[in-house]
Amino acid sequence: MSAVTASATHAGPLRVLLQNRVVTLSIVVLGIFAIAAIFAPYLTPYQPNGLSMRERLLPPSSEHWAGTDELGRDIFTRLIYAGRVSLAVGLGVAALASVFGVVLGILAGFFSRLDPAISRLLDAMMAFPDVLLAIALLAAFGGSLLNLIIALAIVFTPRIARVVRASSLVVRELTYVEAARALGVSTPRILFHHVFRNITSPIIVQATFIFAAAMLSEAGLSFLGIGIDPSMPTWGVMISAGRQYIDTAGWLILFPGLAITICVVALQLTGDGLRDALDPRIRKSI
Amino acid sequence: MEHPPLISVEGLSKRFPTRAGDVHALEDVNFSIPRGSIVGLVGESGSGKTTLGRCILRLVEPSEGRVMFDGQNILDLPPKELRALRRRMQIIFQDPFSSLNPRMRVRTIIEEGLIAHRLGGTSRERRDRVATLLEEVGLQADHMTRFAHEFSGGQRQRVGIARALAIEPEFIVADESVSALDVSVQAQILNLLLDLCEARNLTMLFIAHDLSVVEYLCDQVVVMYLGHVVENGSTALVHSQPAHPYTTALLSAAPVPDPFAGRDRNILKGEIPSPLSPPSGCVFHTRCPLMVEHCRQAVPELRAVGGRRVACHRAEDVLAMGPATGAAATL
Repeated sequence: MSAVTASATHAGPLRVLLQNRVVTLSIVVLGIFAIAAIFAPYLTPYQPNGLSMRERLLPPSSEHWAGTDELGRDIFTRLIYAGRVSLAVGLGVAALASVFGVVLGILAGFFSRLDPAISRLLDAMMAFPDVLLAIALLAAFGGSLLNLIIALAIVFTPRIARVVRASSLVVRELTYVEAARALGVSTPRILFHHVFRNITSPIIVQATFIFAAAMLSEAGLSFLGIGIDPSMPTWGVMISAGRQYIDTAGWLILFPGLAITICVVALQLTGDGLRDALDPRIRKSI
Repeated sequence: MEHPPLISVEGLSKRFPTRAGDVHALEDVNFSIPRGSIVGLVGESGSGKTTLGRCILRLVEPSEGRVMFDGQNILDLPPKELRALRRRMQIIFQDPFSSLNPRMRVRTIIEEGLIAHRLGGTSRERRDRVATLLEEVGLQADHMTRFAHEFSGGQRQRVGIARALAIEPEFIVADESVSALDVSVQAQILNLLLDLCEARNLTMLFIAHDLSVVEYLCDQVVVMYLGHVVENGSTALVHSQPAHPYTTALLSAAPVPDPFAGRDRNILKGEIPSPLSPPSGCVFHTRCPLMVEHCRQAVPELRAVGGRRVACHRAEDVLAMGPATGAAATL
């Protein structure tokens, strides 16, 4: 057991992450999505909202790589512009919900006195259907991209908070936490170094799920006409608008559907890889 | 005793409330640990040994009583002063697997106490100190960059010992610190603890369920049964002439390394009773071979008999019958 291959142990998490080819590929895919979103205007000669009544519902061709929609807009152009909003929503919601969820979950899990209040609050939030709660919050805040991100982050916070609370309850009882208390280590330091660092795996898993779920929720809200300015294309908007042409012009929903799918799969694979790379016990065996 | 003891436990009780009623983990425990000595704490599983160790360090809040550490009742201390006092007392745990944070390198684990108490100076000085500590507990300085999972059980236990020693405590609770290890490794760790105690003039409470280990290591022994101290005295005396039927039974249960040694074994029948509803009178009466009617009714006081303290109505009879055989004869 004490025999150790030095290279595996002393390699940093990043190197271990990149040793896994599937994870490397996923990161490259996500990178392409991000670059396409950032440099959208330079990648296409068309405008995302440039109408052309003569070129309605054209199938994919060399001129329109992904075809055109019912208003003659270039679908490839709309896809990369839509990626800007969809990725921003997913990333923003996953990050914010993680912050809220970790704080609430650790407080509830570690301090038994705070637990009943926090747990009941989370139960109450979970009792509302996701979309209904988001609609209510957006109605209260007013619709904008930032408010949409905040509203969805609040909606998804209980998912993170619940796993964080459950994991903290387990870690709290482990001997190394007691050892830290016996050493006189301060409570904030115990919470961060001993509790938080040992519950990152379920947080990463949940956060990647939320990233994907937030993009889908945003699509649902856009479909209902709540939230972001409808002239701003998102993958969800494109799918919901293209539904009517599913039998005559399938490419209208095929490409945004593929974009969501590829992005979500890449995210989850990256999340899994990240979880393993951050765990020294697994890192050794890779 | 010329010197006041370093630790003195006075009337310590701990009850854990449950839905089915209170669990009586500790009942009116009294004993003291002289400075520089090693006191063994023995008893079956469920006798309250571990809870007592935790209560003395105030890792568990006792329900009643006092724990005097160098003349100060640590149960009265406000959180800030308690944290400062933790520098002087440490614990080594039973399970070497769950007691080390799997996300931390050995160096971080060992220097955590130094950082918490602002000892050890600069990062470089702390590093040197960790290296010295690792060598002192029989590991190598370059082990500090490893993670806990890369070590064997015995090595992990050495890391746990180094962590406890880093802040130079005066008092250490060793909570069954060798019982999770292989027998060959147990001996190494026991010798290490013994050497460290001598070299650093440590006071130690050594919790064990194995009397032979206690005989090897300890100056005094405290025998516990169902949250009560039943016998307390010098190890040599208690081993050669036990005065409590429970001590007699524990001694005769210890294995002897001779397959042909014929012995009268005084094996206890049944399980330790539930601490939810402890027996009336003497808590040991349900399993005691010498039980008489009086034992059911009156709780025996801890009293001085033949040079040690014992809580048994018939201590004199046990002594008269001699070790092991006496109690067994009546079975």
